[in-house]
Amino acid sequence: MAERKFLNGNYALAAAVKLAAPEVIAAYPITPQSSIVEKLAEFVSNGELEADFIKVESEHSALAACYGAASTGCRVFTATSSQGLAYMAEMLPYVSGNRFPVVMAVANRGLAAPWTIWGDHQDAVSMRDHGWIQLHVENAQEALDTCLQAYKLAEHPGVLTPVMVCLDGFVLSHTEELVEVPTAEEVKGFLPPYEPMHAVDMNNPTTFCIGAGPDVFTEYKYSQQLGMEAALELIPEIAAEFAEKFGRNHGGLIESYSCEDAEYILVSMGSVTGTARVVADQLRSEGVKAGILKLRAFRPFPIQAVSQVIKRAKGIGVLDRDYSYGNEGALATEVKAALYGSDVRPSVTNFIAGLGGRDILPSDIREMFAVLERSVSQPGSVKPVNFVGLRWQR
Amino acid sequence: MLEEIKSIKKAPVEEYYVPGHRTCAGCGPALQYRLVAKAAGPNTIFLGPTGCMYVANTSYGCGPWAVPWIHAQITNGGAVASGIEAAYKAMIRKHKTDAEFPNIIVMAGDGGSADIGIQALSAAFYRGHNILFVAYDNESYANTGIQTSPTTPYGAWTTFSPAGPVIPEGKKLMPKDLPKIMAHGHPELKYLATASLSYPLDLMNKVRKGLNANGPAFLYIHAPCPKGWSFPADKTVEIGKLAVETGMFQLYELDGGEYKLTYKPRELKPVSEYIKYQGRFSHLQPEHIEKLQQFANQRLKEVGIEAVAAPAE
Repeated sequence: MAERKFLNGNYALAAAVKLAAPEVIAAYPITPQSSIVEKLAEFVSNGELEADFIKVESEHSALAACYGAASTGCRVFTATSSQGLAYMAEMLPYVSGNRFPVVMAVANRGLAAPWTIWGDHQDAVSMRDHGWIQLHVENAQEALDTCLQAYKLAEHPGVLTPVMVCLDGFVLSHTEELVEVPTAEEVKGFLPPYEPMHAVDMNNPTTFCIGAGPDVFTEYKYSQQLGMEAALELIPEIAAEFAEKFGRNHGGLIESYSCEDAEYILVSMGSVTGTARVVADQLRSEGVKAGILKLRAFRPFPIQAVSQVIKRAKGIGVLDRDYSYGNEGALATEVKAALYGSDVRPSVTNFIAGLGGRDILPSDIREMFAVLERSVSQPGSVKPVNFVGLRWQR
Repeated sequence: MLEEIKSIKKAPVEEYYVPGHRTCAGCGPALQYRLVAKAAGPNTIFLGPTGCMYVANTSYGCGPWAVPWIHAQITNGGAVASGIEAAYKAMIRKHKTDAEFPNIIVMAGDGGSADIGIQALSAAFYRGHNILFVAYDNESYANTGIQTSPTTPYGAWTTFSPAGPVIPEGKKLMPKDLPKIMAHGHPELKYLATASLSYPLDLMNKVRKGLNANGPAFLYIHAPCPKGWSFPADKTVEIGKLAVETGMFQLYELDGGEYKLTYKPRELKPVSEYIKYQGRFSHLQPEHIEKLQQFANQRLKEVGIEAVAAPAE
């Protein structure tokens, strides 16, 4: 029988990793990730998890050790945040390029300077182009469930692509919720043991990560894109299979809420989605046709799914907890690009909020919808990019 | 358990570092690679952190290994090896493989060991992983075009330490002593040795001792580089011998906590004998050569050889 427990997001993730039973865990401490791996260290120490936990000397080595371990064909896990993810940056494309199905939890946190330990999406979003699947979750239960789905996805022979399971620092990583933890037996039916297609083998010596010249390099990169395209199909399928087995569905690539007839839709990612839904309900009761589109997959980016949901609305808001300096929030760029091929293109307004752990209040979201209404009723009166609740501005 | 090789004639005939590489003529690192692979045998995984022995060996579809090989990054030979070692231990424990625990050998250059790679190397040895880490020292970043590394000798020309009127000796710093760094401060270290490709039997037996040590073992191999050091390609073995006979490189091992000299030159030659064949030292003035001689004397003293001031030619 599944057990219901009060767990924070980090412990929920650790519970999922225990159920996935990797052979090797390699990690280096960093806030707000550390307690995921602390919990796993306890599991290893008390015999609940049969794994080798390598306490490496850096995040770069954490992912390097995972890369080495994955080459032997075993299941591996690591976790990090913020500067730690930035320090791993060199290893990210090595893991994805070698098609090693590593699963990594990212407890999202802002990037210095100024220094911050608090949550936003700058860390994961800035690693967008290193060939990793990125799944962002909304609550602790989704963190657990997505981690199990992530192994199944990453290890699928058509995908063989590493996955980041991203959860908001502190708001999710350190906040307890009631979480249902499935049994190992239940998980066995969903997540079979990993059968590697290629692994180090003394009886069949091969080389891993040899040099590739201009004549073949492109084909390797193209094949990674094919893996991403397969993931685009499989993420909803795996979520549906999970829902059938465990009775929970957090959405596939996206999850839309009250979007069918919505005139104004706010696109969000991560824990703020819960707040946004509450505000949407309030606005609906006041006669505003508000909807919320949660992005679960940031990579692969669900262009079709997003444009299908939002193109009939009048005004689209995109809430970014990140910034691509010199342009706009990264999600805003993606959402606009998703609409480019559409027959109708509503106006898109970008909201920058929740940077470095600043709370995004229901009143902030109400204000975003008010701005969206103005963007439609008085075209040209709204700036394309709006920093929400700025305490100082030029 | 790998047996001691009693004589060079009794060395295994089988090769595991085979044709298929594109190293320079007379390449010292390639020569020592062949000896290491021969001594280690078939149950081996080689890891190649970025360096000459990665770049020159990994032309697409044409690798020179008869055993599995994986690229490690220049920073992290120690970490990738740790991951492979932990994976094998866990898979064997969980009965997920019927493979025998393999020889896990990192083949790192001086950059990948003494410089950018030292953090992951030291951490792997601290944690006690059962690996053999070979640092083949060709005394420069050679695959990027001969830039100075921490093991480049004092006075050597490199593209980053060219000799000129303001800096007449080229490289001004004394080299890092990597084996001593590894020997002191890593309590899990099981075996450490220095070796030279010019003493192949000694080298191969040190490889085997390291692999038999059942824990972290470190082998520091002197590997002359004709291109980087500017000497004729047919003189690699001779240059390696001169390094040992002049005291510029010392052959020893640290086994069970005891240092042991494994080769003591019968008669020490002056350092000038070693450097005169190498273009990288051709700009040196007598005062620079004297400084290099003092350096060799000091290193010899540390391993218990009192240098007799030999007359220069």
